[in-house]
Amino acid sequence: MILTTLETVPGYVTSAHLGIVNGSTVRSKHFGRDFMAGLKNIVGGELKGYTELLNESRQEAIERLKQQAEAIGADAVLNIRFATSSIAAGAAEVFAYGTAVKLNRA
Amino acid sequence: MIGYLWLLLPVIVGFIVGTYLEHQHFASIRAREAALQNRVFTYTGRVIPADIAPGELRLLAGSTVVSVDAFKRLAAKLHSFFGGRMTAYESLLERARREAVLRLREKADSLGATLIFGVRIETAAINDGDPRLSTGLELIAYGTALIPHGRPLS
Repeated sequence: MILTTLETVPGYVTSAHLGIVNGSTVRSKHFGRDFMAGLKNIVGGELKGYTELLNESRQEAIERLKQQAEAIGADAVLNIRFATSSIAAGAAEVFAYGTAVKLNRA
Repeated sequence: MIGYLWLLLPVIVGFIVGTYLEHQHFASIRAREAALQNRVFTYTGRVIPADIAPGELRLLAGSTVVSVDAFKRLAAKLHSFFGGRMTAYESLLERARREAVLRLREKADSLGATLIFGVRIETAAINDGDPRLSTGLELIAYGTALIPHGRPLS
């Protein structure tokens, strides 16, 4: 499975378009992380707990996108994009989407 | 009056420590950018030119979540009353964005890639507007690294 932000995969031609696939996860942080972030809000700078949380979420979203693409027999997912939205107090959705395609060697 | 002065403590601490940390961060960003200058190149183009040697494609992302300090938050509140440029947020966004791009490039570098195509940068607000929770801004830079002599595509 090739996952890419590109429109084409070099050396291959797209032989079938299977539509959009997506993967998402909604997570909230635990108290300890937000407490530290609260302190960080005074001096500013990176909120490492949140960075880690969203990185894990992004991995999860990509994993789900990949499973969805595998289930429909895709060879690659092109033009992948990420989006993060704050959907409720303390919870964030991380969302990945792209176009599943079948590939043939050029 | 004196009794209320402690309310200003976070603002003063934020100003002193926050300004110091921001200087440190910018120094670190400049040093790391200089180290990567001729090592990893990023492109927003979404098609790899035909004359570039094939390799393994790998989706990579670099991100950071940052918060503004208490002094800048107050300054920004005053600013938003009068309108105009909010310099307090500009420097925060600049360093966070450069940090995210640097992390993406550093990941590519650790995999032996020198080129990253289809790079995009996103900004998202975390806990925006909820006064009970800490607010943060997430900056994500992501793209497709071309790893030369990597595992062939299959």
